[in-house]
Amino acid sequence: MNWQAAYPILPEIALLAMACVVAMSDLWTPGKDRIVTYCLAQGALGLVAIGQLWFFYEGSTYYAMQRMVVADPMGHLLGLFATLAMMTTLVYTRPYAASRDLLKGELFTLSMFSLLGILVMLAANNFLVVYLGLELMSLSLYALVAMRRDDTGATEAAMKYFVLGALASGFLLYGLSMMYGATGSLEISEVFKAINTGRINRAVLVLGTVFVVAGLAFKLGAVPFHMWVPDVYQGAPTSMTLLVGGAPKLAAFAITLRLLVEGMIGLAIDWQQMLVLLSLASMLLGNLAAIAQTNLKRMLAYSTIAQIGFMLLGLCPGVVSGTTVSAGNAYSSAMFYVVTDVLTTLGTFGMIMLLSRAGHEAERIDDFRGLARRSPWFAGVMAVFMFSLAGIPPTVGFYAKLAVLQALVSTGVPALIWLAVAAVVLSLLGAYYYLRVVKVMWFDEPVDRQPIEGSRDVRIMLSINGAAVVVLGVLPGGLMQLCAQAIVQMFAT
Amino acid sequence: MPLLSIAIWLPIVAGVLLLAFGRDDRANAVRWAALIAATASFLVTIPLVTGFNLGTAAMQFAEKHAWIARFNVWYTLGVDGLSVWFVLLTAFTTVIVVISAWKVIEERVHQYMGAFLILSGLLVGVFCAMDGLLFYVFFEATLIPMYLIIGVWGGPRRVYAAFKFFLYTLAGSLLMLVALIYLYYKSGGSFDILVWHRLPLPMQAQVLIFFAFFFAFAVKVPMWPVHTWLPDAHVEAPTGGSVVLAAIMLKLGAYGFLRFSLPITPDASHRWAWFIVALSLIAVVYIGLVALVQSDMKKLVAYSSIAHMGFVTLGFFMFNELTTSGAIVQMVSHGFVSGAMFLCIGVLYDRVHSREISAYGGVANTMPKFAAFAVLFAMANVGLPGTAGFVGEWMVILGTIKVNFWIAAVAATTLIWGAGYTLWMVKRVYFGAIANEHVRDLVDLDRREFAMLAALAVAVLAMGLYPKPFTDVMHSSVVELLRHVSVSKLAP
Repeated sequence: MNWQAAYPILPEIALLAMACVVAMSDLWTPGKDRIVTYCLAQGALGLVAIGQLWFFYEGSTYYAMQRMVVADPMGHLLGLFATLAMMTTLVYTRPYAASRDLLKGELFTLSMFSLLGILVMLAANNFLVVYLGLELMSLSLYALVAMRRDDTGATEAAMKYFVLGALASGFLLYGLSMMYGATGSLEISEVFKAINTGRINRAVLVLGTVFVVAGLAFKLGAVPFHMWVPDVYQGAPTSMTLLVGGAPKLAAFAITLRLLVEGMIGLAIDWQQMLVLLSLASMLLGNLAAIAQTNLKRMLAYSTIAQIGFMLLGLCPGVVSGTTVSAGNAYSSAMFYVVTDVLTTLGTFGMIMLLSRAGHEAERIDDFRGLARRSPWFAGVMAVFMFSLAGIPPTVGFYAKLAVLQALVSTGVPALIWLAVAAVVLSLLGAYYYLRVVKVMWFDEPVDRQPIEGSRDVRIMLSINGAAVVVLGVLPGGLMQLCAQAIVQMFAT
Repeated sequence: MPLLSIAIWLPIVAGVLLLAFGRDDRANAVRWAALIAATASFLVTIPLVTGFNLGTAAMQFAEKHAWIARFNVWYTLGVDGLSVWFVLLTAFTTVIVVISAWKVIEERVHQYMGAFLILSGLLVGVFCAMDGLLFYVFFEATLIPMYLIIGVWGGPRRVYAAFKFFLYTLAGSLLMLVALIYLYYKSGGSFDILVWHRLPLPMQAQVLIFFAFFFAFAVKVPMWPVHTWLPDAHVEAPTGGSVVLAAIMLKLGAYGFLRFSLPITPDASHRWAWFIVALSLIAVVYIGLVALVQSDMKKLVAYSSIAHMGFVTLGFFMFNELTTSGAIVQMVSHGFVSGAMFLCIGVLYDRVHSREISAYGGVANTMPKFAAFAVLFAMANVGLPGTAGFVGEWMVILGTIKVNFWIAAVAATTLIWGAGYTLWMVKRVYFGAIANEHVRDLVDLDRREFAMLAALAVAVLAMGLYPKPFTDVMHSSVVELLRHVSVSKLAP
């Protein structure tokens, strides 16, 4: 293998090497706080992030490994955000895991391997590479969720996650095999060309698309393939919930783009209809079910389902009456949505971990009671996250919703405009339960009046996270532009 | 100098600083800082009127900067005759609110003051924004501080009231968001309100947009039958919250009709004017009767606000200069009068901790200075000539008679209902024999309370005796608006 071929995937190679180094070095560094392992892991992730940033600004698209992988700005931008999300997750996780005897070397190694899986998916130009990355990520996550072996809830969550995740992978693989059978190629760009020739049996293609969409919907957690989400979110230790609900969302979005848009945009008429249904069902069920929850993690799980539903709407107006004029607008709005959603998700679960102490999980909504009396600052930060999820300006969540609605309305198709109206009405349902969290924190009297203790780095990181949601809410233009740029370049090749 | 930007961001920055650095053990410093910030913000707005060019309907003190390049959204500010008085009213009211909370709020003072200062800046932003998205951002963002103000410092049913307030308003404004995006699409990618004013639209689109705006603004005004959040919010909110709600937040809806519904969808406005007029008359008559039977003073003033705002929407949809100017004058005067009435209730509530009319009687005996102010504001609420309340109502009625006598006749009954509920309340609360020992122990106004009520009294009398400066400022813009509305925008 020559270096030329390896150049575009240097970040992935570095991450793999560093993951091995972290795994080995952990064996020789004693100490319960694992500070060396932690710093090594964060340093490695920092390097990867810089690498992704470098490639993104370089701005060119490379194919490598006999066109098995592609390195393009879209992949690098999402890779940058995924790496940053993973770094943030590890910051929030360390004190939480330490007080629960979960701070083991595996935690860091497996996290790095799951990130490697994510990066492989982002760089995939081949069905098999997509699958390889997906499994690398998923298997690492299954093990992470199951790390607390003596806890029945966590074990059950891991079991459910594994069984349903394997089923989803099966769906996806089955769908991909049909596409392969029909088009004769595993390479995404070849499949795209083959479909566009129009000489392929449409029935096989559509059947394959159904399975691919179902598999993706499983991974994204869209209704009716959402059953694992509430149980895993609630059952897993909060740090693992964040590992599942943070960066992997970006990966699921990226393979959705790679498979459906880059590979099967010729079949957009078919999968757009499926996505519309999935998205409406997700918003309806997610928002309704979230209202009834008393467990904050479960509520956030249903809220995630609803948010994913809204994001999927952004993928629906890509191809309108046979043209892809609005595609760049549509897909970049969905990308902006998912990036900001991950940003907010990180913060909310970070808050849950901040409030949890040894022997006490602050995962019921009532555990946030009177937080404004105990720590006005963090009650404010959490309120910002909730308003952002509800889509109230001036938080970034509003612009995410605006971008998607704009993509729908700007097509000028009446059906899509009414879809926007439906989305707006459904998101009104959502406002209720987000407001309830704010109400509990600000309007109710606290049960215990202990001030919030938490390590300094978590507090600083959460403050940065909250500030990012507001600053991006006042000045969202830059991030929108980056997403648009990435999508436009994806189309250019 | 970017006066409008300063008027928006000065209170917001001051509010954020108070939130960040204020603590309860230095509450007094917080109060003074808030007062200085609010006063400075008010002083900044005065040049807007003194330097106002009466001869033009164009936007003045305009500012324009790129904001979100990707969606062609601009940070565009400007005021014209329709909006400039509300900028002043907002800044003025905030000063009064800060003074009124001086002694009453003892816990979390910095959060209370911070919330009001931020709210003030956002409200000014709503009146200045000339970009549709910027308007929406300010319009929605005002919900957050008001939600917290009602929920944290409110009365016993504050949680219910806060949720009702938030969800009602959000429900209305989300449909407006879709309408704004639709206009953005129709105008070829512009959020500029002035571009939308010139945009031709077919009738069906106009009607849909008109109703999307209608839901957002009718909830805010509020018009019958979507008014039910207002009595709850008013009763549960702390005094300052009630004052800002009545004096300014209700005006956002009416202002929205002026800035969006009428000029953007003139044909739909004409076609559906009967509908708005009918709702307005119901508000005037039915809500006036509802106010008559209230036993809670705050609820009574809340219903009276709805009835008065009915006059405003009636005036807009009569489409002549007298009614439109009258309606805007009514908005400003209602801002002073209703704010003052809520402050009076607050003064009593601070002493006796009851808002029930039956808990009082003969207050004039123990608080003569206060009773003088209260009766003055009550007279203004009734619409007595010489007070601010008279000018607007008179102009609207006079203008309406030219259009349709019977509508004017029904609207004019407000003078009966208004006199009924207001004077009856005044009689029961202020006059007669001293009702109980609480009233006997009442202490008259201190200097702080005297100053804030006196400031409002001066405003109410000045507007009533010499309204010319108010109407002069509006004149060009109202004429331009009416000229614009009379031209059909149906696409050829």
